[in-house]
Amino acid sequence: MATHAGELSRKEGVVVATHAGELSGKEGAGEPIRVKGLTRLYGERAVLDGLDLEIAPGEFVALLGQSGSGKSTLLRALAGLDGDVAGTGLVEVPEQVSVVFQDARLLPWQRVLDNVILGLDGAVERGRQSLAEVGLAGRERAWPNELSGGEQQRVALARSLVREPRLLLADEPFGALDALTRLKMHGLLRRLFEEHRPAVLLVTHDVDEAIALADRVLVLDHGRIAAEQRLDAARSATEVRSELLRALGVGEVPAGRRDGRPHRDG
Amino acid sequence: MTLVASRPAVDVRTRKRRRLRPGPRIRLGFLAGPLLLLAIWAAASATGLLDPRFLSAPWTVVTTAADLVESGRLQTNLLASVQRVALGLAFGVPLGTLLALVSGLSRWGEALIDGPIQIKRAIPALALMPLLILWLGIGEGMKITMIALGVLVPIYIHTHNGLRSIDSRYVELAETVDLGRGAFIRKVVLPGALPGFLLGMRFAVTTAWLFLVVAELINATTGIGYMMDLARTYGQTDVILVGIVLYGLLGLFSDAGVRLVERKALSWRRTLAS
Repeated sequence: MATHAGELSRKEGVVVATHAGELSGKEGAGEPIRVKGLTRLYGERAVLDGLDLEIAPGEFVALLGQSGSGKSTLLRALAGLDGDVAGTGLVEVPEQVSVVFQDARLLPWQRVLDNVILGLDGAVERGRQSLAEVGLAGRERAWPNELSGGEQQRVALARSLVREPRLLLADEPFGALDALTRLKMHGLLRRLFEEHRPAVLLVTHDVDEAIALADRVLVLDHGRIAAEQRLDAARSATEVRSELLRALGVGEVPAGRRDGRPHRDG
Repeated sequence: MTLVASRPAVDVRTRKRRRLRPGPRIRLGFLAGPLLLLAIWAAASATGLLDPRFLSAPWTVVTTAADLVESGRLQTNLLASVQRVALGLAFGVPLGTLLALVSGLSRWGEALIDGPIQIKRAIPALALMPLLILWLGIGEGMKITMIALGVLVPIYIHTHNGLRSIDSRYVELAETVDLGRGAFIRKVVLPGALPGFLLGMRFAVTTAWLFLVVAELINATTGIGYMMDLARTYGQTDVILVGIVLYGLLGLFSDAGVRLVERKALSWRRTLAS
């Protein structure tokens, strides 16, 4: 795995971290993803405020936070998509990073297979395999418009996995899907993760999704990591869930009401 | 007894909704209007309401066309005209596309190119004619340049517009999958701008015939426009009508051709029309 550090350059008195920094040569597959002192400013407002984060190789991390807490800003910083945003800090990510967006973002004028292997020359066979992995074998020649929302998002997953990423960034990838499809996609994502073992950063606003999928759940608040919960056999999901909700400022939610709404009766 | 799917016993009556859609398509409906016009024309000629010196009867136009084909005059002139349009398109379309690409993909390109094209658009084509004649003479070069310049504008405008309306999310996607500039243009920019380009193309083919008429009526020794201008001198309304019908048909066919390409090339689109 080749890692590269975010190159720091000075611009109008503000240090701007550019993503496409120098490659620091081949290093072991065990290099973690590192973020140190990451600050991102929109005007005067610091959306990320000296954030530190480390993700181990092959670790599945979910990132929770209220709207405007900077979840997407962090993800975009890791993806190197924030070249025009002012800020400072160090970002160390592997060379091979894939992004899955909330919208499947398939090119409507390219057939499904061509979308999967976009920018990869001669990867037709790999593309087919990847489509088969997400359960879409036989749909290679379909137009994206002919697929359902869930199928489109599966194509987007195939497109990111065919690149064999060491880091998979997912920005509320299931946010636009209906509840049933979302549950199926959870199973699929977790299975693909077990097989390919990239490090994953999943941005979501769904506490249950985070608990169902991740090894570790972070809560982002005011531009910093405000809480962290590791999911292991020692603790029940209910326990983790209520602590996460407290960190999110939702407060006590009665057991049995999994959607976080207060009881209407009584 | 055989089992059949039972029909609902009660006839379900719902309040009839006002239909706001235009209703089902009429087969070959686009022919109705032209056919009606033709019928009125034929009736007026047959009853003598229409003086043949003012407007020849439709059947005279048909026999005149046959005569012109027999003598070979129609083919020679048609060939000359088609050649001019083809050459004008061959120069104008790639140039317009290239300018649109440069102007759409770089800020400097836009700064330098967009202004002059908008100015060119504002100048009536006929106003450029005297200058073109002074520069290029009255030969083929002038006519083809005239058509190419006319074609360039709609191609540029619509391709540029198509290019600028490509969703920025696709550009972001191209960045995340590390597309090179060449692949970006081939996979994202060109297909994304194709609907705009094809719309421009539809305007361009009709514009091309328009400019051809202008160029051929003024100074030519071949071409449909020349044939018509000659007929004017001799007062042959039938030959003039053959020319008009020919121009109409050529415009119609070129537009239909572009639309056919459009349907094939944009089959990925699900729109209101499909």
